Order: sequence, then C-alpha cells, then structure tokens
Amino acid sequence: MKGVRDMRVVVAMSGGVDSSVAAALLVEQGYEVVGVMMRLWSEETSVGGAHNRCCTPDQMSDARRIADRLGIPFYVLDTRSTFRNTVVQFFIDQHREGNTPNPCIECNRQIRFDFLLNNALALDADFLATGHYARIERDAEGRYRLLKGVDEGKDQSYVLSVMGQAQLARTLFPVGALPKAEVRRIAERFGLPTASKKDSQDLCFLGDGDYRRFLREYAPDVMTPGPIMKTTGEIVGEHRGLANYTIGQRRGLGVDSREPLYVVHMSIEDNLLVVGASDALGDLTLTARRVNWISGKISDSAFHAEVKIRYKAKPVPALVEPMDDGRIRVQFDDPVRGVTPGQGAVVYDGDVCLGGGIIERQPNQVGR
Amino acid sequence: MARRMVYLDHSATTPMDSRVLDAMLPYYSDVYGNTSSSHSEGRRAERALETARETIARILNCKPDEIIFTSGGSESDNLAIRGVASYARSVQSEVHLVASAVEHPAVGKTLALTADEPGCTYSLVAVDQDGRVDVEDVAEVIQPSTRLVSVMAANNEVGTIEPIGQLAALARSRGILFHTDAVQAGGQVRLDVQQLNVDMLSLSAHKFYGPKGVGLLYVRDGMNLHPTQTGGGHERGRRSGTVNTPGVVGMAKALEIANDSFDEFTAHYLRMRDLLIDEVLAHIPGTTLTGHRTERLPSHASFVVDGVEANTLLMHLDTRGVMASSGSACKTGNPEPSDVLLAMGLSREAALSSVRLTVGRSTTEDDVAYAVEALRTSVERARTLSSSGLYEFH
Repeated sequence: MKGVRDMRVVVAMSGGVDSSVAAALLVEQGYEVVGVMMRLWSEETSVGGAHNRCCTPDQMSDARRIADRLGIPFYVLDTRSTFRNTVVQFFIDQHREGNTPNPCIECNRQIRFDFLLNNALALDADFLATGHYARIERDAEGRYRLLKGVDEGKDQSYVLSVMGQAQLARTLFPVGALPKAEVRRIAERFGLPTASKKDSQDLCFLGDGDYRRFLREYAPDVMTPGPIMKTTGEIVGEHRGLANYTIGQRRGLGVDSREPLYVVHMSIEDNLLVVGASDALGDLTLTARRVNWISGKISDSAFHAEVKIRYKAKPVPALVEPMDDGRIRVQFDDPVRGVTPGQGAVVYDGDVCLGGGIIERQPNQVGR
Repeated sequence: MARRMVYLDHSATTPMDSRVLDAMLPYYSDVYGNTSSSHSEGRRAERALETARETIARILNCKPDEIIFTSGGSESDNLAIRGVASYARSVQSEVHLVASAVEHPAVGKTLALTADEPGCTYSLVAVDQDGRVDVEDVAEVIQPSTRLVSVMAANNEVGTIEPIGQLAALARSRGILFHTDAVQAGGQVRLDVQQLNVDMLSLSAHKFYGPKGVGLLYVRDGMNLHPTQTGGGHERGRRSGTVNTPGVVGMAKALEIANDSFDEFTAHYLRMRDLLIDEVLAHIPGTTLTGHRTERLPSHASFVVDGVEANTLLMHLDTRGVMASSGSACKTGNPEPSDVLLAMGLSREAALSSVRLTVGRSTTEDDVAYAVEALRTSVERARTLSSSGLYEFH
C-alpha cells in the first residue's frame, strides 16, 4: 500500500481559513499537496465586476500567498463556462419551475465532486480535499460513510449529500473532525489568516447579492406580475413575479391583513401566489426526486430517520419511504413548516448522512 | 512531486549570468554615488554609467548620447510612442501612428491610449499566417499625418522575426520615424541600429541574462520626442529619475557577453529549438508550429495543441516540472484567446490552445527529451479530461 508521502492531494483552496487549514494539515501529515482554486462564472456588473465572490482577485492572491507559505504549488482552474452551464443555468431553470433551488448542492454535485475531482485525478492526485465540515469513515463492510462535522453548528453534510461511494473514496475533509475554534487555533499556529470568509446567504455568482434583480435580467419570464390568492380562494393583491417569493415568506407580500400571511404555494401554470395563515404552512409529507443514497444501496422498505429540509433547519424525525420510481416520500412525525420545493431533503441516521433528494412541488398545498 | 525541473520559459525571463552579478555588486554599496552629484563619489558612479553607455553604444553601433536608460522594455516603448506623439501634436494638428497587429501590449495598448487623445489616430497593420508584416501593407496605411511606425523586431508569442530593415527603409523614405520593440530579440538577433536603419529601439536587460528593472531606448540623434517622465532632467532631459547604476552596469555586461559569444549561444539555441520542434511535431499528435518556421528567434518554439486549453496544459506541465507559457494563459483562471494568434487568422479555439517553449543557454538535449515526454503525457491527460472526464461520477 502507498504511504502518505507517495500520495498527492489536490486541495480546493478559497483563501479562507477552513481550506487553508485543510491544506496545512495535509502538508503536515506528509502528503504531496497541490492547491487549486476554481475561477467560477459571475455576471458582469458595475457593482461586482466580472468576479465571482468565491474567487475575487483578492481571494486568489490570498490563496496564492498561503500556498506559498505552505510550500505547495497553486493553480487557478478556469471553471467559468462549466459553472455557468450547470449551476447558474440550473438556478435559473429551477426558478422557472417555481422552485427555490440550493445552488451549493448542485455545485457539489456537478462542479466540486465531478469537474474538480476529475481535474484532480488527471493531475495524478490520489485525493481531492476541501475545507468542508463533514467526516468520511469506512464501515465494517468497507463502505464509505458521510458523517456530520464534529462542530454541529458548522456541519455541511447537507450540501454534500449528493456524494456517492466513488467520490467519497477519493475525498478528504481534513477539518471535518475539528471544532471551528480548533481550526482557528491551527491557523494561528501555521501563521495563516484566521478570518472566515463572511458567512453569506448570498449566491456567489451574483454581482450585487440581489437574486431578484439577477432573475429580472436572466429570466424575465419568471418576473411577471400576477394575482395573490388566499387559501380561501379570495384574491387579495398582486405579486411582482413568482421568483420573488419563497415558501414560508411573510415579509414583502404587500397584502393588508389582520392575521400574518405566509406564502404557502406557488402555481407556475396560473402565475398564482397562494398565501395563508401560519397553520397552512405545516406539512406532514413531502416527496423528493433526484435521490442519492450515499451507500449506493437503496432501501426497499420504509424506515425511520431524521430529515433536514433546509441547510439551516434541524433534522426532524420522519418515516422515509422509497418509491418504485426512485423518488422518496417523507412522512414527518409532526407537521413541518417551510417545506420548499427545490431545496434538499436530506436523510440522517444520527450523525450519518444517508443521502437525500430534491423536494418536489407538492400538489395538495392549496385549499386544505 | 516533480523529479526534475526544466525551465523552458526563457522568453519570459532569463536567470542572470553570474558575471553580470559580479559586475554589478560594487555599485550597490561601494560605488554608491548619485550619477548627478558633482563630488568624487558622484563622479565614480558617473564614470561607471558612461562606460556602460559606451559599451552598449559600441554594440548597437550608435553614439553613447543616443541611449536613454529606462526601467525596462515597457517604459522604453511608452517613451517612444508617447514621446513622439506628444511632440508631433505640439507641431501639427493631426497625428497618425502605425503599428503591427501583433505588438506587445506595451506598444499596442500604449498606442490605443495615445490615440484616444484629440487629433491622434492610429492604424494596425495585419500580418500573414506566420505573423509577418508585409511592407506593402504598411505603405498602404501611411497618411500625410503619419509620424511614427512601430513594429517589433521579433514577436514574443510566436517568435517570428519581422523585416525591420525593409520597414524602416520605407518609413525613412516617407519621412516617418520608425521604432522597433526589440525586447524579445535582445541577445538573439544582431541589433545594429545603422544597419537596421531604425530611429528608436527598445531593449530590456533581463531577456538576455541581465538584471530585471533596467532597459534602454535608443533614440537617433536629432529626432524630437517629449519626455514622459519629468523631474530633475536626467538622461539629457529625456528620462528624469536617478539612474539605476548597478542595473545599467549589469545590462552593459550582459549585452557584452551576449555579443561576444553570439555565434556560440545562437548555435546552441538553434540546435535545442529545432530538436524541440521536430520532436514535438513528430511525437505529439494534433500539434502545429505557430510562427515562421525559419524566420524565427533561435530560442523560440511555439505550438497550437488541438483540444487542450492552455491553462490546463501549463498546470499539468508544471506538476511534471516543466515550466512553459502561453499567450492565452493567466494566473487568475480567465484565459483570453491570444490576440497575436487571432491576428494570424487562427480560430478562437486554437488561440486558447497555444504553448510556448523557449530554450536558453543551459538547456540540454536531455531537458528537451524530458520536456517533450512531459508535454506528450500532459496533452494526453488534458485531452481525456476535456473530452469525457476521466471518471463518470453521475
């Protein structure tokens, strides 16, 4: 078997503390480390320039300096067209279908653990490493398992749930077994910058962080005004285009009402925004498509697990039922608010991420 | 990691010759005077400066006073273009400038910016598929208001040597000034300004085993140009700023070495270059030589590699220890097609797929063999990757 010293690892570097520490730890462990940053697509605006906020000139030069300090080579990989054609297009298409997509999941699926992993392997690397907070272990049968990061508050297994055995076998998450505070201490020890990149809800490819303006430019068709209807059937106002809204949204509806109203459903066919009281938000079931099982094995019977419906949501108990066509149906023990088509429904057994799918539009959200 | 390092990017820069370093060292802390000072320490520095100027003048076959020391090739090009344009605008209302379509940005960009100013226009002259400028084409764009023609002595991306003598003769016959950016040709082509018949010529020391940050502009006696950098009036008022004495001494030494061993060095470059070109074309499918086959710099090989993006290729080469470059690659991951290759009529795709390998004094046959093998493997990898991906993950 090859020793660590004969192994090459490509580290996806962002200039931030997590990936820098990941690289530093691998160098310390004796791997031959190569730093790579992806140059991603970004719209050209006067505000943001043509630079994706994940890879601005500053971040590139930060990463380059860090790589130099660690004594490893560093390259920037032109990923602009691939990223534009996959992640960004997916974002636009999903909004066209009335969904609220999670581009990070798609990026991990199509860019990081496909395009980048392929590039790493082509460079004769044994592994691709990233600064994600998640862990990879092998079970008794030799299968790879994806586990939550040790630091629960930082856990990123949700967006990694698209990984399969082939990718996990070739991936390292060097900081996944560490609490964030420890990562900062290590950064200090190596003399690396300790500041995190701002944890931002914004999407990296937006020039100004305003996805509604982005959609007005790139998908004007989903920005057509239409009626707002209450779950009772009463028309109560006009919306500014469905892509401006997400399930569970309360602010900015522009509807006068004594009780607080929430977006409970969107109908792309009728360009209709349905709003209702908070009790209309709770869902007992959902279905999800594009399901990935990390073990590669599909359970043929329903099983109890915990399901997380958004990156920042808590996993909640549910019955997960594999359907014949590969989709899953999830039945929650208690009604769950904010089930949003386009987001991931990710299945956990304790710390183990079993996989997940993308939440579908549910047919029965109106008129209950 | 890379078992062996092979530097084939001598057109980007060269390592400094140790004899050059030795010549420079006394002028940092021993002979440290300001060449403008009238005291003895100043005179010691001035002596070194003027001796260096004489050495260089002898090699370029010009008068010492015709040499202006600068910070390098880009500054020299800027001074030539801006200086001539600025003077010309002070004596005539319309000024027209001419350059080839394949100039280095130090000329190309400067020309475009200069022509932004009122009363100033410019024309770029097309090149053939080898990157050569035709004298007839230059003659065609010349106007009564044309004051300057600037064509590089040799192209930095494809190595093609331009017919400077003919172009300069044309300009002279029309009463137009002629400038050549000879930065890439320095140390590889005999640069006799009388024989070339040029009015201005730019050189940069680090391209011929001299120090970085020092260069020169030859300016023929009697021609007018305005300074671009003003101040204390150094270099006879044409380039203010305390002169970089050690740099100039180093440049003179480097030029002297290049000149004294010219035949030996160029014969070696040629042998390595031709071996490299022959091996690449013979063993790596889908490669085409860019630039002229014979009218090219002795050290310069450049190719288009079908189906391989240059950035990716350079990364793969580097992990195998081979250092090369490309007209389209960049460190920030946003390669743009090479303007030079586009001007030569190549497709956008081809202009994104070029690689430049330039040999030097220390390059050996083994280096060439190693580099060709590394290039072959890298090309193979990059092609597999871009066609299908090595692995199907989804």
